[in-house]
Amino acid sequence: MSEGSLTRAEVEHVARLARLALTDDELDALTPELSKILEHAAQVSALDTEGVPPTAHPLPLVNVFRPDVARPGLARDEVLAEAPAAEDGRFRVPRILGEAP
Amino acid sequence: MADSAIAIAADVRAGRRRARDVLEQHLAQISAREADVHAFNLVTADDARARADEIDDAVSRGDDPGPLAGVPIALKDNLCTRGVATTCSSRILDGWRPPYDATVVERVHDAGAVIVGKTNLDEFAMGSSTENSAFGATRNPYDLSRVPGGSSGGSAAAVAAGFATLALGSDTGGSVRQPASLCGVVGVKPTYGAVSRYGLVAFASSLDQIGPFATSVGDAAQLLEVIAGHDPCDSTSIAEAAPALLADLERGVEGLRVGVVEELTDNEGIQDDVKAAVEAAADALAAAGAKTDRVSVPSTMYGLSAYYLIAPAEASSNLARYDGVRYGLRVDGADISDMNARTRDSGFGVEVKRRIMLGTYALSAGYYDAYYGQAQRVRTLIIREFERAYEQFDVLLAPTAPTVAFELGAKTADPLTMYLNDVCTIPSNLAGHAAMSVPFGSALASDATSGASALPIGVQVLAPARGEPVMFRVARAVEQAAPGGA
Repeated sequence: MSEGSLTRAEVEHVARLARLALTDDELDALTPELSKILEHAAQVSALDTEGVPPTAHPLPLVNVFRPDVARPGLARDEVLAEAPAAEDGRFRVPRILGEAP
Repeated sequence: MADSAIAIAADVRAGRRRARDVLEQHLAQISAREADVHAFNLVTADDARARADEIDDAVSRGDDPGPLAGVPIALKDNLCTRGVATTCSSRILDGWRPPYDATVVERVHDAGAVIVGKTNLDEFAMGSSTENSAFGATRNPYDLSRVPGGSSGGSAAAVAAGFATLALGSDTGGSVRQPASLCGVVGVKPTYGAVSRYGLVAFASSLDQIGPFATSVGDAAQLLEVIAGHDPCDSTSIAEAAPALLADLERGVEGLRVGVVEELTDNEGIQDDVKAAVEAAADALAAAGAKTDRVSVPSTMYGLSAYYLIAPAEASSNLARYDGVRYGLRVDGADISDMNARTRDSGFGVEVKRRIMLGTYALSAGYYDAYYGQAQRVRTLIIREFERAYEQFDVLLAPTAPTVAFELGAKTADPLTMYLNDVCTIPSNLAGHAAMSVPFGSALASDATSGASALPIGVQVLAPARGEPVMFRVARAVEQAAPGGA
């Protein structure tokens, strides 16, 4: 596989990783689009970066601490009121794995 | 000519003018033109009237409401407002009302500003035209057949159309500066960490920064003074006090060294009128006593490629939280994974899905080092070259956007063509530096539907981290030299 060129199967795999239930039409459109964008993005490999450290963040921060003092958090009921489903003070979610409800 | 925020606040504080009257003038402007422009996702007229009355009551009691007393302000709809819908122009946040205010929202409120509404954006701030909105495109007040730029196009259009005196946006790769340029207003991306991101819905956390829109450099400085400063709720906010900006604004540019970035200005993708504006601004600064020269910063040309790996990678991680569990939309499925995937496919728009896919791929096993790792090393090279340039120059000049405003639909078919809008603005985000766009003249563009219209051009002033005081002085001089400027 040449750099920057994607197959439809690879795009389906990435969609699974990203938890996106893409339709067939979306997969058909994204395959060439992503290939083209990646081809452009692959221009970064033209630069010699031997021995250059990566930058993950523009500020030279290491650990940022604050005093270990309790502060009020968000009100639970207000937060849960904005969720699609809540029950007994918790987020309600569909069945996970195969266990009985 | 619109009132400046500084003049409005001075009048309201002195009791010469009522905040309520100022607000009603702006609401009337919204009634007259908002249906055409569509700058807002939500106009909060009732809350704004109540707030304006509070300000007037405070003044009549002898209290000082603060440096933005009675100034109408619009907020990009990715800034959390307690109890008021915050959509990011996405279906996936349908119906969600944040349980808290962003720090910047608290700060403008506490300074006496009157919030008039939440402005449209490209979904989750991903775009350069405000066409990628679940609620329809915003249009450029200068020419309704054209885009306002993006992603903060609603905020830029709101200020340009006189719907609000000030606005806030967010800038990850140019999303404040580029729409400011296209709408003929001032737009600022502060130094990374200068303004708290607490309550800004995250896109790419190492690049995102909130910044002001205004009709003048002075107003933008006033708004930045209000919102800048340390916030314990944002671990990336700079601990030291933010520098004063207004005090030195009129000091002039005598002796300052100004470099025009060759790679961003002499580039074949830059419209001739835009290049001419940058050169005219440099000449004006030289006439005002600055020492100007050209400077080469070659790796800026790779900024776009690095950005379109780094920003989607961070976005794919940040947007994982939209899982149908905690806020907004849920589409039911057979089990939780199925529910997650259906919710996300149905709730996100095309461009957001494209970027999540791109970022997920760039971070996936086997490709991580070639794409994301290499982009991070290129980021280091860009920072090093900027550092060398700033040894010789106090500020740099470049175009903000490669062209004036383009027509709706002109760049939606090809994502890469749209991404190229950000080529001149991205390097400052990668470096964490300050940069701002100042209106400088206009270009005549003939238009199929409305004949010839004059479209604004923006000149970009770039400065190193914490270089805002000098950047604003230079921007003020550019503003004074602009055709029709004062």
